[in-house]
Amino acid sequence: MEITKDLTIPKLFYAQAERFGKGRVAMREKEFGIWRPITWQDYLDNVKAIALGLVRLGLKPGDKVSIIGVNRPEGLFAEMAVLCAGGVGVWLFQESLMEEVRYIIDHSDTKFFFGEGQEEVDKGLSILEACPKLEKIIWDDPKGMRNYTLDTLMSLKEVRELGRELDREQPDLFKELVHQGAGADTALLFYTSGTTSLPKGVLLTHYNMLSMGKNLMTVDPCEPTDDYVSYLPFAWIGEQMMSISCGLQIGYTLNFPEDPETAQENIREIGPHVMFAPPRMYEQMTRSVQVKYLDATWSKRKAYEIASKIGYKLANMRFKKQPIPWYWHILGWISYYGVLRKLKDHLGLSRVRNAYTGGAAMGPDHFRFFHALGVNLKQIYGQTEVAGIAVVHRTGDIKFDTVGFPIPDTEVDITEDGEIIVKSPSVFQGYFKNPEATEKALQDGWLYTDDKGFIDEDGQLVVFDRSKDVMTLKDGRPFSPQYLETRLKFSPYVLESWVVGHERDYITAVICIDYSVVGNWADEKKLTYTSYHELSQKSEVCDLVQKQIAKANEDLPEPARVRRFVNLFKEFDPDDDELTRTRKLRRAFVEKRYAPILDALYSDRDHVHLDMTINYEDGRQSHVKTDLQIRTLDVAEDKPAPERSVN
Amino acid sequence: MPTETGDFKENPDENEVPLLELKDVHMRFGKVNALQGVSLKIQKGEIHSIIGPNGAGKTVMLNCINGLYRPQEGDVFYNGERINHLSPHRRAQLGMARTFQKVEVFGGMSVLDNIRLGRHLHFKSGILSGAVYAGKTSREEIEHREFIESHIIDLLEIEHIRHQPVGMLPYGLQKRVELGRALALEPELLILDEPLAGLNLEEVEDMARFIIDVNEEPRWRVTCLLVEHDMGVVMDLSAQIFVLNFGNMIVDGTPDEVQAHPEVIKAYLGEEDLYATRR
Repeated sequence: MEITKDLTIPKLFYAQAERFGKGRVAMREKEFGIWRPITWQDYLDNVKAIALGLVRLGLKPGDKVSIIGVNRPEGLFAEMAVLCAGGVGVWLFQESLMEEVRYIIDHSDTKFFFGEGQEEVDKGLSILEACPKLEKIIWDDPKGMRNYTLDTLMSLKEVRELGRELDREQPDLFKELVHQGAGADTALLFYTSGTTSLPKGVLLTHYNMLSMGKNLMTVDPCEPTDDYVSYLPFAWIGEQMMSISCGLQIGYTLNFPEDPETAQENIREIGPHVMFAPPRMYEQMTRSVQVKYLDATWSKRKAYEIASKIGYKLANMRFKKQPIPWYWHILGWISYYGVLRKLKDHLGLSRVRNAYTGGAAMGPDHFRFFHALGVNLKQIYGQTEVAGIAVVHRTGDIKFDTVGFPIPDTEVDITEDGEIIVKSPSVFQGYFKNPEATEKALQDGWLYTDDKGFIDEDGQLVVFDRSKDVMTLKDGRPFSPQYLETRLKFSPYVLESWVVGHERDYITAVICIDYSVVGNWADEKKLTYTSYHELSQKSEVCDLVQKQIAKANEDLPEPARVRRFVNLFKEFDPDDDELTRTRKLRRAFVEKRYAPILDALYSDRDHVHLDMTINYEDGRQSHVKTDLQIRTLDVAEDKPAPERSVN
Repeated sequence: MPTETGDFKENPDENEVPLLELKDVHMRFGKVNALQGVSLKIQKGEIHSIIGPNGAGKTVMLNCINGLYRPQEGDVFYNGERINHLSPHRRAQLGMARTFQKVEVFGGMSVLDNIRLGRHLHFKSGILSGAVYAGKTSREEIEHREFIESHIIDLLEIEHIRHQPVGMLPYGLQKRVELGRALALEPELLILDEPLAGLNLEEVEDMARFIIDVNEEPRWRVTCLLVEHDMGVVMDLSAQIFVLNFGNMIVDGTPDEVQAHPEVIKAYLGEEDLYATRR
């Protein structure tokens, strides 16, 4: 179907549902241990009932409806129903704190609020008084809801009933609703979890969303028979782009895991053809392979070492576009069928044609790892403001320090200050109720991204970093802290890292260890510990991390090497505002919060005393008083490896 | 908003036959009088707790109820029927299920198999038809699996560990599996021996929620007999609390009555202790 200025998401949805009907599975959800199919006809029936129910409840075109919950078909039904009824959908991250929920509901003028179950309803109820425009809270999962009797509450079942009633009274109403509106109408309002300030509401039209999907699908076409697993938050543009912008156009099957915790297992069962995830998901996969490797028997380890060496060699030749000699083809074939294919299958990647990563920087080590496995992993570059992506790698032309070429209909340019600017039909309408920010970001149809970068000799875009995040080393060279952080994170023992060094004499790092991996390691070494905090401060664990950092330091120039580090007593957490909901580090914030640690890192002390408060998702707080060890590494240029401890 | 928990039946009828009744039960081990004439009535639908200091005889009482011990004197009635002579498995058939203070699961078996085992009593097919495994038997098995999936695994939120061996799981999850196995029996009376012992705060909250769910959800409506040391949870959940000290009943009443009882306070060494909880 051609994407015109007249086409809306509901029109496309209606046409696809008519086309595929009962004969094709639109979605699958694993429930009670079984994958249950939902046909396009079921999809349409559900959306129709909910949309009309909302109309009966008083939804007018342009009204905002917020949705919160994990990825389930009902969430998408609700979103599509809102769009069909002419409303604007606003997704919230499932784990959002009350304060974030309140801000978004209030700022977006939300009229109806969909919450999946008791937890979400509780969030809605607790902010009810602060948000006078909120009229109804609609829930789906009855678990724990038996004693909720407030009039503001309504079950999705009741909404559907209302809708069916209205459908009987006015059988043509739904069709009329679907066919009103144009592509330039606002479809979705996304709140971007900014790394610096309050979330901003990004207004995207139907045309924005659909043109983005079309342009991506021109580069990497998908088939209606493909499978896609939807498990990342719908509040993230990447998931909307795959499920709505692309999914609806192509009509591939969306699969919903049974539970967020079973996602990895369910991905393996489905074996998706296309995948889009932020780097942390791929980092997690790499880590799981590294951990399994550490636990494996000698023969298995050897087999993996040989196979991955061959894989790496081949991937490097492909990266450099060198001709591959015939005997390497044979070796590659053996290693693939002997080892790597099985590994790919365990990661759920056996059928993946295109795997995308975006939203944050991905380290070259991780990137190489997947290409060595034979996974066609591509970087993308984009943001919510262009409805997803603007730039993507092309198959066979992948460089791990670039993000590729612009997708069709998209222009990318660099300003004199080195800022990346983008022009495309998917560029957003502006920030909701924030004309100053809109004026700054949108100039003459160009989106000013606030990211720094340049276009390399092959015409591929290189994204440097957020302008604010670029740091200057002591020799005056600009450097990306994210690059160092992802290097450190390639160690399976390191979950998160935060690198500091802007205009300082040397570079330091704050490390969050991976509790389960380091915990297993400690169990094997017969070290006792009772908590993350205690484990992170064991001197053996500090030694271990020190070795990992020394390894990461090896191929770095001397000024970029990490000289001092500390193991943090907890993981970085979005609930503490340390990460955004998409798990990007909020540097300015952590710098303020952990100022005593920074001071100590840039002194000659070997420990730091901390006294602070931690927040939990349910609003509880706890107070922490602790001493953390600081370690120093030898980073002299001539002898890279040996390390020295101050303790 | 949620109403008061734990009492969907506000005032159980005094004349109604209690689900479980102990009448003047004595239990002696040599010269130790573990229970000295204890009487207890549990009405259908309530959460009834037994509290008392260590060594008060709480677990002995539970053992007398589910048949692991035979009291030397006194009677145990279930639904008005005297069950003194019945063995534990016969009592299980009547609708009594139990979890233990220290988890008693089959560590080498998967979560699903452990729960299936609890379902065993409801299997009608015999060994021979099971060996053939066709028609009725396989249909029966599918029905039971459906019950386990939609009512137990979903309720206890253990989808992600369904196929894992129980022995490899953390303690908190093992406790959940044990509860799952007890529920698979579809009991009328669920006996929980310190379900919260050894759990962290988050796990305590989850477990308390499961107990409320099982007690209140129309699907279950299970009467619960709870032995627990976490006073905060006991006071919040229970409709009735039975206080035991050295084999003697001190008081059997509502949480408010129990908290006000001077001997209870004495037995618990100081007033503040009674209200102390992990929160």
